Amino acid sequence: MSQVTQAPPPVALAPTQPVSLTINGQAHTLQIAPWTTLLDALREYLDLTGTKKGCDHGQCGACTVLVDGKRINSCLSLAVMQEGSEIQTIEGLGSEDQLSPLQQAFIDHDAFQCGYCTPGQICSAQGLINEGKARTEAEVRELMSGNVCRCGAYSNILSAVMEVVGRELKIEN
Amino acid sequence: MTLQTDYIGKPTSRVDGPAKVTGTAKYAAEYNVPNLLYGYVVSSPIAKGKITKIDAAPVLALPGVQQVFSHENVPHYALLDRSYKDQIAPGGSPFRPLHDAEIKYSLQPVALVVADTFELARYAASILHIEYEEAAHETELSQHIDEAYEPGRGKAGYQPPKSRGNFGKGWKEGVAHMEAQYSHHAQHHNPMEMFATTVEWLGDKNLNIYDKTQGAFNSQLLVTKVFGLSKDQARVISKYTGGGFGSGLRPQYQLLLAVMASLQLERSVRVSLTREQMFSFGHRAETLQHVALATAADGSLTGINHFAVAETSQFEDFTENVVGWSGMLYNCKNVELGYRLAKGDIYTPLDMRAPGAASGSIALEIAMDEMAYAAGLDPLEFRLRNYSDIDQAQDLPYSSKALRKCYHEGAAKFGWEQRTPEPGSMRDGNLLVGWGMGGGVWDASKMPATVKASLDADGHLTVSSGTNEIGTGTYTIMTQIAAESMGLPIEAVTFVLGDTTLPQSPIQGGSWTAASVGNSVVEACTKLGEALLKQAQKMDHPAFKDAKIDDVQFANGQMRLRADDTQAVVLRDVVQASGEPKIDAENSTVLAKLEMLKPPRYSMHAHNAVFVEVKVDPELMTVHVTRVVNAVAAGRIINPKTARSQVLGSVVWGLGMALMEESVMDHRFGRYMNHSLAEYHVPVNADIHDIDVVFVSEEDDKVNPLGIKGLGEVGLLGVAAAVANAIYHATGKRVRDMPITIDKLL
Repeated sequence: MSQVTQAPPPVALAPTQPVSLTINGQAHTLQIAPWTTLLDALREYLDLTGTKKGCDHGQCGACTVLVDGKRINSCLSLAVMQEGSEIQTIEGLGSEDQLSPLQQAFIDHDAFQCGYCTPGQICSAQGLINEGKARTEAEVRELMSGNVCRCGAYSNILSAVMEVVGRELKIEN
Repeated sequence: MTLQTDYIGKPTSRVDGPAKVTGTAKYAAEYNVPNLLYGYVVSSPIAKGKITKIDAAPVLALPGVQQVFSHENVPHYALLDRSYKDQIAPGGSPFRPLHDAEIKYSLQPVALVVADTFELARYAASILHIEYEEAAHETELSQHIDEAYEPGRGKAGYQPPKSRGNFGKGWKEGVAHMEAQYSHHAQHHNPMEMFATTVEWLGDKNLNIYDKTQGAFNSQLLVTKVFGLSKDQARVISKYTGGGFGSGLRPQYQLLLAVMASLQLERSVRVSLTREQMFSFGHRAETLQHVALATAADGSLTGINHFAVAETSQFEDFTENVVGWSGMLYNCKNVELGYRLAKGDIYTPLDMRAPGAASGSIALEIAMDEMAYAAGLDPLEFRLRNYSDIDQAQDLPYSSKALRKCYHEGAAKFGWEQRTPEPGSMRDGNLLVGWGMGGGVWDASKMPATVKASLDADGHLTVSSGTNEIGTGTYTIMTQIAAESMGLPIEAVTFVLGDTTLPQSPIQGGSWTAASVGNSVVEACTKLGEALLKQAQKMDHPAFKDAKIDDVQFANGQMRLRADDTQAVVLRDVVQASGEPKIDAENSTVLAKLEMLKPPRYSMHAHNAVFVEVKVDPELMTVHVTRVVNAVAAGRIINPKTARSQVLGSVVWGLGMALMEESVMDHRFGRYMNHSLAEYHVPVNADIHDIDVVFVSEEDDKVNPLGIKGLGEVGLLGVAAAVANAIYHATGKRVRDMPITIDKLL
């Protein structure tokens, strides 16, 4: 019995091309192959490694970034598709000296352990706040369920997000 | 009196928190060194057979592809199995990636394509044409139990289970009995960070190796042995590890592939595995278990029988303690235990959070529930009647055991006394409500660890050891311990880890890091204190002239006399007076190593008791775990904030084990079919409801000077069984095969 892997025949490689991206308010032009994902563009070409690769298939949420304020899985988008968009990554939300309210709340509530899913969790939480969707604990649990945390910090993630959501709602009222 | 600089036992936010929430914490695949090449692994589609042809030419013709590595062109660096054995390799012959044409398991790495970019390497790997000759494989544990055998002691720390008394006699003495088979399937660790290694080529075979691991020294050991490099040449760095859970205890094959490619090409190389490939190395071994229990009229256990068969690979005997716990958790004279392995065409299983105990406690703790029902007793009352005050397995007293407190405080917090015993007797509207419990026991271990403490002329303390941070809070608790030991504010202390140029530390596993490294931090700080006292005695401080180390205290940034705390010197001034930029001290591990050779005088263990509420829809049989109380006795808790998180995480793991986690093998192909996070289900936020963690007080001056027992694993024990028991209580359905998916309840 023998088996042959059915490998497709080689294709002509597409040449690299310039791709212009606006990330955290800064314009970048990269010379990359068009099949480069936004996630790999960030991590491998711009050294913005705060955005994490956890599955590369849109199944774990670790690569969540904000595009025009909305959450997307950056592994499911080619970089070239985001020309002209405002991309925000974890590095653009705050810095160690100037933490965003969510970043501070994640520390205060110990909403992470290994830290690998954390930037994606925070970007997701920021996105659902931006989108005005998260009001109740049940909603936040549901809307944060696209972000897997293998350390199991879910209860603390919920508390952290609720604290910031609660503050935002108060301001609104 | 509490001092300002007392930090041990205080809830403290993670010192590495700012780095983790802003994305500046760097993991193995995030060191973007210059001129980096990317390696992409090609995995075998067959489970057994051999490679007959690799057609690399069309791939090599692609501009930008540097090399296609396979068994055809990778040199045999080391000849002996010994060279491939890492610190915790089990008995047998370790797997050698790209060594020969033989295929031993599905998804085995068969080639590494190295190219200038990740995109190109991935594409090139996808068109690599490989032919195989397939052989018949066997992956189904239940089909070859007859060939199961008793494993040797190949793995460090593994002890075969010991029986005692006469189970047959105990069984006959019993008036109530239970006997049942239990099983669970393979589970994969699936830490969020996929395995990756970045090798930075520094010239002349000098490498900086950024590896995803739970033990930088273990990775270094393997690399030096396999490639004949010196320790200086193979520096391994691992500052952050994006989850381990045991998967990083053994170095994984991407490490060897990345180093090989770097040495061959004399370039820096990164090899990252895909999520699919995260199912191509160790996992929690599938087990098939049998438990029989008998009780006397008063509910005391007269006999315990626990037997398990676990899977292993064709090439290594992976062993873990599945049944041994059943000989110590409850009081019983007649205990018969058995543990066997059966080989299959799979990769060698690997320690996975609470290895052995998590598997064994599913069977034992469901069996205890079944026995309680058979004996007509409440499950908690039944456990209390069989409480074991000594470790009967080793015939030793416990250094401490506050499990009774776990039962009482956990039950009180949960409201267990409100439980009505009959299955299906509790309701919340239309929903069936079930309350179940379980618990367990885990080793409190300590390994030799070396720590260096260094105080500089600015008064900043740097404490270092080559241990790891896998999310357990190592950076934070070591900083707390060091700050309190030297009496410095926490901001003035930095703990450095994850680098083989630092003092040697054991792998981060076995729940032993807090005890091993923590106590060594205290020892190193004591040595530093002695050095500082010596220096102070050279200064113009008559009060310290004849002082011994026990006469002084380090607090609030000062060294002062215990007898008169107005006699004090600022630590920074002591270093400055020395004329040196810093004063260093390192602990010695000689005593710790000697201690390990002595027979133990006490049995040292952590315990827990878990109470679970489920709500089950009577028509759809969907299960929601609405409440969990996990009461843990684990000695001294250094940081209640991070400790609570560890136990919360353990509960989440237990719910996963109980309800969803299962690596589904299609035996026709010998392959795990659900090798993605879409199909290997782990709990998500919406699955998790109220979880309450209780740390019962447990003082222990025998286990180690700090009284630490470790927390990484104990919280998982009994959780899955408690869920199963709660589901029985809700529905009357006794499911003994994990995970309890809806189809098993309908």
